[in-house]
Amino acid sequence: MRNKKLVDYAKYGYIFSIPFILAFCIFTLYPVVYTFIIGFTNLKGAGNTEFQFLPAVGKNLFQNFMDVLKAKTFKQAFGTTCIIWIMNFIPQIGFALLFTAWFTDRRSKVKGTGLFKILFYMPNIITAATMAILFQKLFGYPIGAVNQLLGHLQPGRQPYNYLINNVPIKLIIAFVQFFQWYGHTMVNLTAGVIGISPEIFEAAEIDGANRVQTFFRITIPCIRQIMLFVLVTSLIGGLNMFDIPELLVGSKQGNGAAITTNMYIRNLAFDGSYLYNRAAAASVILFLVIVALSAVLFFVMRDKDEAKIKKLKKAELRAARKGL
Amino acid sequence: MSNNEVKLHSIKRNDTILKVVIYIVCIIFSIMTLFPFVILIANSYKTSIEVQESTLSLISKHPIQNLKFNWHVISSKGTFKPMVGFRNSFIVATLSTILNVYFSSLTAYAITAYEWKLREAFNAMIMAVMMIPGTVTMIGFFQFAYKIGLVNKLSALILPSIAAPMTVFFMRQYLQASLSMEIVQSARIDGAGEFRIFNQIVVPLMKPAIATQAIFAYVGSWNNLFSPMILLTDGNKKTLPVMVSLLNGDIYKTEYGAIYLGLLITVLPLIVVYAFLSRYIVEGVALGGVKS
Repeated sequence: MRNKKLVDYAKYGYIFSIPFILAFCIFTLYPVVYTFIIGFTNLKGAGNTEFQFLPAVGKNLFQNFMDVLKAKTFKQAFGTTCIIWIMNFIPQIGFALLFTAWFTDRRSKVKGTGLFKILFYMPNIITAATMAILFQKLFGYPIGAVNQLLGHLQPGRQPYNYLINNVPIKLIIAFVQFFQWYGHTMVNLTAGVIGISPEIFEAAEIDGANRVQTFFRITIPCIRQIMLFVLVTSLIGGLNMFDIPELLVGSKQGNGAAITTNMYIRNLAFDGSYLYNRAAAASVILFLVIVALSAVLFFVMRDKDEAKIKKLKKAELRAARKGL
Repeated sequence: MSNNEVKLHSIKRNDTILKVVIYIVCIIFSIMTLFPFVILIANSYKTSIEVQESTLSLISKHPIQNLKFNWHVISSKGTFKPMVGFRNSFIVATLSTILNVYFSSLTAYAITAYEWKLREAFNAMIMAVMMIPGTVTMIGFFQFAYKIGLVNKLSALILPSIAAPMTVFFMRQYLQASLSMEIVQSARIDGAGEFRIFNQIVVPLMKPAIATQAIFAYVGSWNNLFSPMILLTDGNKKTLPVMVSLLNGDIYKTEYGAIYLGLLITVLPLIVVYAFLSRYIVEGVALGGVKS
């Protein structure tokens, strides 16, 4: 082992990790555990920190969870979140891949890619809150920019209230989400493609592969890890969607058609009723959903060859041990 | 013309068509990107009536006068205090960025440079923690902050950034590729302590990675709305995104020009910073790319 000399230094590995571990335990682990626990209690009311477990007050331990799962509003909020995420993610990854293919193509050498990349990434740095309010004003009723423009194009047209109708609201939120994130995804994917060894592309070119073949047979398999990363982070971000729907439409407008799971949780906990226990149960459910979906993604997109090699190695080790 | 030449000719023509398509799509997307910013600027110097008449026109009768009036509207109605929001956001974003990148580098160094028993387990834990969304911890965190008196304290938003798993993950990728243990060894022979080696040798080596991650951390912290909205109720402690959300309130309902100016104010500093640092963001993300 090359690191035999380092054994003496092992303690620094622990020492240097202490700040991270401490901060993690205080600000993440403890609150998560606390959230789990609150889910099984009767904690509610503003500023209240006293609570009892539900069985102690004569209720089912899982009452909060059952209440949340039964609530129509929770199901609706979760459905809304998923629909908006999917409507934003499909065009997002689609355009990101398209631009990645164009900007990294060795044969056509597009000029100005640097400028385009900088422009496309720009919406991502803008505060989502600002973006949401801006779009709310643009789609305003009756005198928002969109209604004005359509009025000019078609005189005598009645202004349309986009923000109270189920489908347009979701489309607008999904569009803002797409608008803010396609550049980010593209930059990540491009970074992955740049990391691929040029020899592979040269070989493909010599073998007569055309652009489309090269992209689907070589580029995409090579950036699978990054695609997985983009997919998982986008899924987590998407299921936690809050800023844009909250400020673009809010919980009170739009007949609840734009309430996401996180808005639902915040309303339960901090808006009037202070049902901390039920909000905690709802966020635990959301967390479990995210873990389950991420696990599925990791499993589906895992490197099958690598897994096979690992299995073989393990089997060999076992055989060797038995032999000894 | 021989057959081959015809083929070459058609490939070339296809190339030109493809290029034209690429430029057209890219220009459409560029216009789409710039459109909201143009709208923001164009309406910040209009009166409410002018905005109502046409949001899309760039012309105003008295732009300077209107700008002054709009500024007066947003700064005098009490709740939206852009300067206070600025100050708070600046404090929070700057300090949490420093803590974030410094301690993430330290943790990444601990995982990369030292052989310790729990290293693999710790590394696996960091990967797992990346999946815990911040918002799920919020109920528990609020209760905890309430108990120990961290509500309405900016430090409640700053201190948690010491443990930033995503940054640690990126830093580790970078260190694994770029840290040579020989440099560390030779510094040890020269008698430098481990902590000093990290500060004076490893941190300068990590500059490119730190620059990239610092930008991400800064933008992330600056734009965060969910936790400040819950933790900060005192008007003088609110960060800029929370201030922005106040523009949605009823008192500004008819002050269209002022709302656009308010939004523009929150966007400008980020645009200025981005103009200088965009190179790092767009190229630097490559550093964080997962090497496959």
